[in-house]
Order: sequence, then C-alpha cells, then structure tokens
Amino acid sequence: MTEELQSFIEKYDLLGCIQCGRCTGGCPVTVRTDLNVRRFVYDTVDEEALEELAKMPEVWDCTACNTCAVRCPKGLKPVEVLIGLRNIMVESGVVQPTVRDALESVFREGNPWDKSRATRNDWMKDLEVKMAEPGEPVENLIFVCCTIAYDPKLQVVAQNLVKLLNKAGVDYGFMDTSETCCSSEVHNLGEEGLFEMMVEDNTELLNEYAAKRLVAISPHCYSVFKNQYPDLKAEVLHYTHLVGEILEDKKLELTRELPEKIVFHDPCFLGKQNNVYDEPRYVLGQIPGAELLEFDRSRERSLCCEGGGGKMWVETESKKERLSETRVKDAKELGATVLAVACPFCVLTLDDSLKAKGFEEEMRVAEILELLGEALD
Amino acid sequence: MNNKPRIGVYVCHCGINIAKTVEIDPVTEYASQLPNVKVARNYSYMCSDPGQLLIREDIEKEGLNRIVVASCSPRMHELTFRKTLAEAGLNPYFLEMANIREQCSWVHEDVEEATAKARKLVASSVAKARLLEPLEEKEVDVEPATLVIGGGIAGIQAALDIANAGFKVYMVEKTPSVGGTMAQLDKTFPTLDCSACILTPKMVDVASHPNIELMTYSQVEEITGYVGNFEVKVRKKARYIDMEKCTGCGICAEECRLKNRIPSEFDVGVGKRSAVYLPFPQAVPAKYTVDPERCLFLTRGKCGESPKCADACPSQAFDFEQADEMVEFKVGAVIVATGFDVFDASRKPEYGYADYDNVLTALEMERLVSASGPTGGKIVLGKGDEAYTPKDIAFIKCVGSRDESVGNEYCSRGCCMYTAKLAHLVHEKIPDANVRIYYMDVRAFGKGFEEFYDRVRREGVRYIRGNPSEIFKRGDKLVIKVEDTLTAKALEDEVDLVVLAVGLEPRKDVREIIDLLRLSQSGDRFFLEAHPKLAPVDTATDGVYLAGCAQGPKDIPDTVAQAKGAASSALILLSSGKVKVQAQIAIVNEATCRSCGYCVEICPYGAIEMVEANRMGHIVSVARVNEALCKGCGACVAGCFSGSIQQKSFKDAQILPQLAVLGVK
Repeated sequence: MTEELQSFIEKYDLLGCIQCGRCTGGCPVTVRTDLNVRRFVYDTVDEEALEELAKMPEVWDCTACNTCAVRCPKGLKPVEVLIGLRNIMVESGVVQPTVRDALESVFREGNPWDKSRATRNDWMKDLEVKMAEPGEPVENLIFVCCTIAYDPKLQVVAQNLVKLLNKAGVDYGFMDTSETCCSSEVHNLGEEGLFEMMVEDNTELLNEYAAKRLVAISPHCYSVFKNQYPDLKAEVLHYTHLVGEILEDKKLELTRELPEKIVFHDPCFLGKQNNVYDEPRYVLGQIPGAELLEFDRSRERSLCCEGGGGKMWVETESKKERLSETRVKDAKELGATVLAVACPFCVLTLDDSLKAKGFEEEMRVAEILELLGEALD
Repeated sequence: MNNKPRIGVYVCHCGINIAKTVEIDPVTEYASQLPNVKVARNYSYMCSDPGQLLIREDIEKEGLNRIVVASCSPRMHELTFRKTLAEAGLNPYFLEMANIREQCSWVHEDVEEATAKARKLVASSVAKARLLEPLEEKEVDVEPATLVIGGGIAGIQAALDIANAGFKVYMVEKTPSVGGTMAQLDKTFPTLDCSACILTPKMVDVASHPNIELMTYSQVEEITGYVGNFEVKVRKKARYIDMEKCTGCGICAEECRLKNRIPSEFDVGVGKRSAVYLPFPQAVPAKYTVDPERCLFLTRGKCGESPKCADACPSQAFDFEQADEMVEFKVGAVIVATGFDVFDASRKPEYGYADYDNVLTALEMERLVSASGPTGGKIVLGKGDEAYTPKDIAFIKCVGSRDESVGNEYCSRGCCMYTAKLAHLVHEKIPDANVRIYYMDVRAFGKGFEEFYDRVRREGVRYIRGNPSEIFKRGDKLVIKVEDTLTAKALEDEVDLVVLAVGLEPRKDVREIIDLLRLSQSGDRFFLEAHPKLAPVDTATDGVYLAGCAQGPKDIPDTVAQAKGAASSALILLSSGKVKVQAQIAIVNEATCRSCGYCVEICPYGAIEMVEANRMGHIVSVARVNEALCKGCGACVAGCFSGSIQQKSFKDAQILPQLAVLGVK
C-alpha cells in the first residue's frame, strides 16, 4: 500500500497544495452538488482513506472542465485526483452499468455508444467524401468523433464540413471505419488501462496516414490528441482553426445572409483547456448578416455545460438548476436567437435544457458548422 | 629569496567538518613526504588566529616560500590566508588551497576513500605550489562620485546619505519627477503616516542638496569602465519647456486642448491630465513637461492657430524646438534603485479586471482613497448621476503573487499589509461598509504588523480564508466565486467593489539595465545580489550596488534600510579612494595572437580590445587585456584558438602538472 500511496501523492503532487481553495472556488458544479475537490486533494494524502474516498458519489460529479487545474497557483491538477479515484473504482469493478457499457463498447466497437463499427461512416451516404489512404500524403486528416458520427442530430456537422471543404478545394481526407474513439472520455471515466491501450493503438493507426495535420471536429478529441498523445506525428488542429484559415484566405465565401443574434458558448475542452477563444468567434464573425453577442461569463470565465468528464453516462443526483439551463437562460436574456457551440456534447446538453425550458420558439442551439452550412447555400 | 621551493602544508580539521570523514594525521604525514615540503602540520581551525600564527611562525623560522592550506573552498578563506602570507612578508600569491571540505568531506561518507582523495588533492596542490609566481596587486584611484539610477524612495535615501557624507551624487530619474511609487500612496502601514507628508521633504532635499545633481525625465544610455572609474552617458529628454523659466504656475495645463483627456500615470488612470503636465502637485522639480506622444502640436504640427499653452505661459518657457541633451560624467560607484512594476491584473482574466469598472487594483484604490487623488479621497464609483458609494467591498489577496500560472512563484511581501491598511481606510471612510478580505495566508512579519492586523480585524474587517477563483456579474452586483476553506463551503459572494491586491514584478524594461551594467537576475527575475545573506546590496559587478524593489519585493522600511546599506557600501569605496584590481588576470602573447578577435566577443566584462602592434615591421591587430577590467574568469584563455592567452596563477605550465597528479593526462 505504501508504494501505491507514494505514487498517488507523487503522481498528483499532493504535497504541493497550499489549500488556497481556488480549485473549489472555481468549480462550476459546486452550485448544485457537494463536490469539493480541494478536500479530495487534502484527504487523499492519507493512504488509509483512499478506498473510502473513492466510494464517495460526488467523485462522479466532476465534468473534467479543468477549471481547477487552470486556476491552481501551484500547477496541480485537482481534476486528475478525482479521475485517479474513479480509477480505483473502475479497477475494483464497482461502476454504474452505463459506465461499464460505454467502456466495453469502446473496447469492442471503438465507440462508447454501443454502435457497430461497420456503420461508423453511414453519415457519408450520398456525399462526395475524399478518403485518406494510409501512406498517401494528405494535408488535413479529418477526425470525426464517435458522437458526431453516430448521433443523427449531429451527423449534419460532419456532412457540412465535407461540403465546405469540397467547395474550398483544400486537400483533406477522412478515415474509413477504422477510425476509433479518441478515448478522452475513457480517461475521464477513470479506465486508465484501456486509455493507455487506446492511445497506443490510435497513435499507430493515425501515424500510418501521411498527414501533415490532424483536424478534430470535437474539442474533446482535439484536446486529448494535443495533450495526451505524445507520439502523434501530425500537428493537431480543431476544425475552427482550419475553417478560420479557409475563410481568411478567401478560399470560400459565405454568401447567404443569416439575420441572427448569435452568442457563442466556449466549450471547456477548447477554451479553458487549450486557450482557443478567437478562432470560433472569427468564423462566426464571417457569417453575413449575423450579429455576435457575448455572454458576461465568456472565454476564460465561461461556464461549463456539464457534458464532459464522462457525464454523458453518469447522471448527477441534484434537484438544483443544471448549468446548461443557466446558460440557455443567460442566452435568452441577452436576446440571442442562436446559442452557437463548437462541441457535440455542448449541443446535446444545451439543446436538452433549451427544450426543458421551452425556449424553442425564440432560440435554437446550433453547432457552428450547422450555421456555416446555412450560410453556404 | 632563494627560489627553490620550500613548501609548508597545513591540514585543517574544521572542527569535525573535515575530520569526521577525512583522517587528518595520515594526510599530514603523507604531505610531509612530498618533494619540496619542509613542514606539514594540522590544526583544528586553520582560519583562527592561532592557526594563522602557525603559518607565520613557520615562514619566519623555516624560511618557507610556498604555502598550501588544505581546508575549505578558496571562496571561503583564500583572502584570509593571502593576508597571513603578506603579514609574514611573503607574496600573497604564493598560496595554494586544497579544498578537502566542500569537494571532499562534505560530499563523501566512506572515510577510507575520502582520506585517499584528500591525499590526492593535497599532492596536486603541492605540485602547483612549486610552480607559483609572485604577482603584484595594483591599485587605481576612485572617482569620488556616485550614479543613482531611479528616484523613488530607495534612490532618494541612498542619494541623500552619500551626499550628506560629502560625496557627489548624480541622480537619474526616468519620469518627470522624483518620488516613485511611494508618492502615489495615501497612508503607509502600520503607522498610518501620510505617505506624501514623510516623503516630500526628502524629495525637496534631493533637488536642493549642493552635492546632488538631479536629472529627471532622463535615461542612462551607456556605462563603460570599471569599479572606481565608470563613464556614464545620460540622455536628458526634451521637455519642450525651459526649466529655468518655468515657474510651475500651471496656466499652460489649464489652457491645453486635451485638458482632462489623458489618463494620468500618477493616478494610474483613475484621474486625467493635460498634454502638458506636472505629474502631481508636490512633484520635484515643480516644472511642467510636454508629453511628446500626446501633444497635438508635437504629433500633428498644428494645434489650433497656435498652441494655447505656449501663448498663455506668462514666462515664455515653451520651446517646441528643444532637443534631447546628452550629458557625460564619471563616477566611482553605481546604485541601481529602479523599483518595480505593479502586476498587470488583466493577466488573471478570471477576475474580470479588463471587463468591469468596479474591479480595481490596489494602486488604483490608493488614488481613490487619497486626499490628493481625483475624487479628493471620496470612495465613489461611477460618474455623474450614476455615482454611488460601494457598500459591499471585497479585497482579493495574492493576485499575481505565489502563482506559478503567471510565472511569479514569490510572495510580494507588501500586499498583506497594504490590504489591511486599505481595508482600514475604507472602513474609516464608509463606516457602514461590509469589508471582507479573501486570503490564503496572512503574512504580518514586520515590526508592528501583527498588531495592525489585530486592530483591523477588531474594527470589523472580515477575513475569509479562501482565494477567489472567478468574478462575474449578476444584475448590478459582482459575484465572487470562492470557497470558504475553513467551513469548506463554496460561496457566491455578491459585492459592489472588488479590490485586487496585485503583487510586485520586475520592471518590464529590466533588460536595459542588465545590458548597461552586466547584472544578473535571480529566478524571480529581480536583480541578483552577490550573496543573499552576506552581500545583499552588492552585485557580481564590483562598484555596482542594489537598493529597493529592483532586488526583490520590499515594503518601505526594508527599502529604506537597504538603500542605506547600498549607500554605505558605495561610501566605503569612495572614502577609501583606492581600489585594488584583480592580480590573477589574463595576458596575451602578442607575438602569437592571430587577430581573430574571438576573445573580445566572449569576454563577459568587455575587458579585451583589439589594438595595433608592430610585429617585425608589420602592423598587425592583436588582442590586449585591460588590466583594470579583467576579472580573471579565464573564458578567453579557454576560447583562444592559438593558445596565446594565459592567466596568471593558472598558466598551463602551472595547472597541467597539478592535473597530472590527479591522474588527468
């Protein structure tokens, strides 16, 4: 046990903590759950306590938004302590059935949604999609993301990107059905062993493509490739980098007016975790006729939608208002007609809350690529 | 003297520091058997008086002409023993030290191996000692004047002390007035002295002192030379005002078309000024300056029919044709008192400093509570009809300090106490205000500090332990997202005003001073002192001293104390009138020098120059070392492609035999 303890203390630099409270102070979910991440950093120093601490239900309330790590003045990553505790539970086999199923699905089918691998590229039907071949040079290798590939509500995101790239005439390629979950959420759910395996396999697979750049559509894939895949050869981009570049180089012009009041919600995995704030705003700013609004809580002070950190498979038991509900209320108060996002999970959580609040009449949630599709026609 | 080496070896126990790990007697016995060694002894502390006496007596009685001391690092006691030799009439450079402490006993555990290594080290020192040559120590005169860079409280105090001791001081201040940050403060902790009241008399003294030549709105452009003999070039920037004629009446500023349009540096943007301005009412000198970047006439060549300021000046002091003036002078010492920058709060975007008008920095709050500030000391936010007095006020400590995410790991030392002071002043001015201070630790270490902290708490200022993480807006209120870490409760505290206790940072233009004086920085990017404990105001460059926050964050008492220390160090140099220069310098063999000039490039002290020399009728360019500038670092010796440079006491002929004993071929 002593060795394990040392690794926990050392792995998470627990002794570097000065208990200032910025982590819990910044944690977005404290307004609706009992999670106090500072206390976990404090308490996990005690080896005896680890197993009991891992059993506490609030360990699963964390959305892995990373605010605690960004704010920590001593360079600690409190979020990783919670993921370490989740790992203890996963190792002991005591996890919710939804979590177990998602992990098994990643292992078997390469996606967490219990879908067959064979149908991964069904969204491409009737589209002219350029496919990348291993070994053949390609400028931009596009990584779709499981959620976008399978969710009928989100497939339009990938489809619009294809249309846009075709029109712009840039060199790109998609992968065949061997594209496999980036496993960002596998890490966040605490399945360290599976995550390491997926990183190894995916690195090998992706490096087979002679791609200069790997362009992820989801910020979750983007972030994990960028920060947790040390051996990837290609430069990692988010699609807003690429689309921003295309628009800036005038390879494509958005012609159709969209007379909307658009407010952009910063996805945590794009903004707080990777400091990508300007590109999505630049892209939205190119849409003719659109007026851009800003949340008071935007950019570095943006509010999490509660979609990350494995929360797609773990429900938080709280009667208090969801953060996504707070967010759509704020958007409505601003007078926005479109709540724009650049992340599949944000689409799902915010759209649910918009419907729960009954705001469908005056407002909609849209992925940036949905809007670009409309402005292209 | 007979040149045949007669060597004495002295092995030190250093209490148990050496003797615990190295067997002293066998080493001494071994040394006594080495060729040319006439005497070998050991003693508990060679550096003590009796220890040194042993050496002196042996030199006299045994006729020793080379001494080897096997003890600590030469950094510690080389000078001590050189003096011992000199006292016994021996050239002090006939000394060689074998470091058997730092490089032997302290780093080893095995007694047998450590003893064997000590033997080798002693033998190698003896090998070199045989080949040592006498060196001559030269002295140069010291120019009896000091340059003080920076006119804040540190520079002011240092300048006054030196001037009062009867020596000339040149003070160079970048801004139009002396006074520095202290002039911007309202009250000072913990005594609540009015900052301006205690500072302005000193500012006036600096300007009127017969021994001080004050150059404001000026910058040091170049410093060459060496300790005792620095040549300084200063640029006195054009003020576009004749200093002789200006009476400081201020009519020009009243007439300026940009009156109240330009953010005042002194009021950190809380107040506004004209394009021709006096930084603050008590400014010294009380002379106006035209801001060349703002003045309409200077930037566009036109300001109405003619500039109203110049027209209105009753003493015709305006001169828009004025040019910068270069001044050159010589000094013996330099004091760097360039101060600090306040941390830029927009680098912590989570606190919304750039987004909200009611998030202020502490320095802005100082101007707001100051009677000489833009609101006359009233704490009012908003303008005109929307003006209001904040009731719920929160201070956030450690903004930009103790924070790796912004690259500042250090504590800024003053914020805990200035926060307590500002909270006290707020409480005094708005008695029904709810004032809370969010903190992670309270560091009240100075004289009277803890007592002041006690007083402020009992006045009703609430201390809540937790460092806020985010600020956003809800209606008219600011919401502070923070955890009360003592109750483990996450709070959303709604307030009217947030004051950020910003830390201190090195000046953004710190590089300029580094380049001028070849100074080093410590890990925190402030200037590095020669030794953190025993030489806190000295630098690696002889004759250059540090004072105030340029060396690290400090409060006013510590700044003044350090300034007096720097003045004292400079005075030691000036009053002795002479300075010894390094004897173990590099010398160039001009007959073999290949004129490549590489040594000139690598010399960190600028001590080598290329000169013309006559080589058998041909004029060639050769390297020559300035003996006064050379520090004996050896970089040129190692770098010379033709082996034409040798360093005295470290010549190849001396150190190669030394290395050979250690087994290096």
